[in-house]
Amino acid sequence: MSRTALLVLADGRFPAGGHAHSGGMEAAVASGRVHDIASLEAFCRGRLHTTGLVAAGLAAAAAHGYDALALDEAADTRTPAPALRRIARRLGRQLMRAARATWPSTDLDHLAHHRPHGAHQPVVLGVTARAARLTPLDAAQAAAYESVGGPATAAVRLLSLDPFDATAVLARLADELDTVADSATAAAVRTATEGVAALPAASAPLLDITGEQHAAWTVRLFAS
Amino acid sequence: MNASTAQTPTAIPAPVNEPLKTGGGPHGRRSAGPVPAHPSAVTATARIRATHNGRTTTVPLLHNDGPFHLRRLRSRGEQARVRVLGAMSAPLGGDRLALDITVETRGRLEVTSAAATIALRGPTTAPATYDVRIRVGDHATLYWLPEPLISTRDSILHQTFTVDLAPTSRLLMREGQLLGRSGEPPGHLTTRLTVRRGGRPILDQHTAYGRPAPAWDGPAVLGTHHATGQLLLVDPVFDAPQESRVIGDDPAEGHAVLTPLAAPQALIATAVAPTPAQLRDLLDSALAYAYESPRAQVEGQR
Repeated sequence: MSRTALLVLADGRFPAGGHAHSGGMEAAVASGRVHDIASLEAFCRGRLHTTGLVAAGLAAAAAHGYDALALDEAADTRTPAPALRRIARRLGRQLMRAARATWPSTDLDHLAHHRPHGAHQPVVLGVTARAARLTPLDAAQAAAYESVGGPATAAVRLLSLDPFDATAVLARLADELDTVADSATAAAVRTATEGVAALPAASAPLLDITGEQHAAWTVRLFAS
Repeated sequence: MNASTAQTPTAIPAPVNEPLKTGGGPHGRRSAGPVPAHPSAVTATARIRATHNGRTTTVPLLHNDGPFHLRRLRSRGEQARVRVLGAMSAPLGGDRLALDITVETRGRLEVTSAAATIALRGPTTAPATYDVRIRVGDHATLYWLPEPLISTRDSILHQTFTVDLAPTSRLLMREGQLLGRSGEPPGHLTTRLTVRRGGRPILDQHTAYGRPAPAWDGPAVLGTHHATGQLLLVDPVFDAPQESRVIGDDPAEGHAVLTPLAAPQALIATAVAPTPAQLRDLLDSALAYAYESPRAQVEGQR
């Protein structure tokens, strides 16, 4: 395995289209729920331990070699809001294009063939990590980081926050990111005996509700 | 649990004539059953089984246990009705409570509760568990409409709802949670909801509120709202709306969304609100929208 592969995969400049998404931050800013650094941090912490944990579990299981199509179904059952399912699949398709060009693999080809409109992004992320010879923990770490990195960057643009302050939020969350990645990886290992029911299913009601509200906006800066 | 071990809800062993496990009668808190977490903790499993006798739905099994006292209400048409009465304070820390509800082929059952369930700390900081296991058979219907659960200061409750449906089952389930009584911080409340249809999962959700759940009252999870709940509707003879519906104009008054699950003919409404009354209004609106589609009305199922 190459540590550099993880940096490439987790880099915001990796051409997978994530920059167009705020992870629910645009809706949170519009409603006034996020308005400063403290509320940004609370948003990121909440998202990390719900959406982020679920994504990390799916990614780790996919990197572990668990059936990606079964994981894609498991992602559906953990995503009751259709707007968020659509976004996850669109992001998955974009990541798939970049990943197949970067780390060609039969696993990626197989998933792309069976999910031509896109699989859930964390599943694609995990299969990509496997193709790049990364570990399940690496995949979980990348998924967990992405769950907060995107919203933090979006908040800087939406609220004109100081980017140093926003980056400090991510640094303060570092230990919790590690914990989430560890527990997601432990759950992924249990899928071998317990199936997908072992994977985290943490949910955040406001992300579901405002995700649907945001999808109905006619004018928006971010796609989600 | 994976799909291969999931039982289909059609062939359900009928747990009749189970000995009462609670020694102290319905009002006692004497330790009972295996693994008492605390000398005063209660282990109890109440059971309801409804079946269709060719003419109407009967309820051959109503097994009271521990804090659960079950009462038959007058039937409404072919639909049998049962109300869960709480016979003592529960769940308290260390309690292990379970409620099994089975509706066999073509049965129609409504289960309600008389009052909110209040999770209290009790004499120990041990967590309490409350497991609701629901099985609905072929062409059978269950309305599971309990009053909300209230998580009070320093209580710890882990609850699970495990629902097994046949492909032809119908289910309407409502669950609400109030995090702390007025002006009180909540205890810690986790809920895992797993719904399978024909053995395949269609919904898997886990929520964790109250300390130490991270940022549960932050802007991504519940915000300032202390009431939250869901309404789940699964109905095979139902022209389910394909579009989501946002409910509630003013987020300060609470809001909800009614959404189709990825599995067909299954809808869920998710709501957050400042008070249980506002939560109830949002979920009632969601139910009305769910049945706005023309076909459901023409069939006159309700």
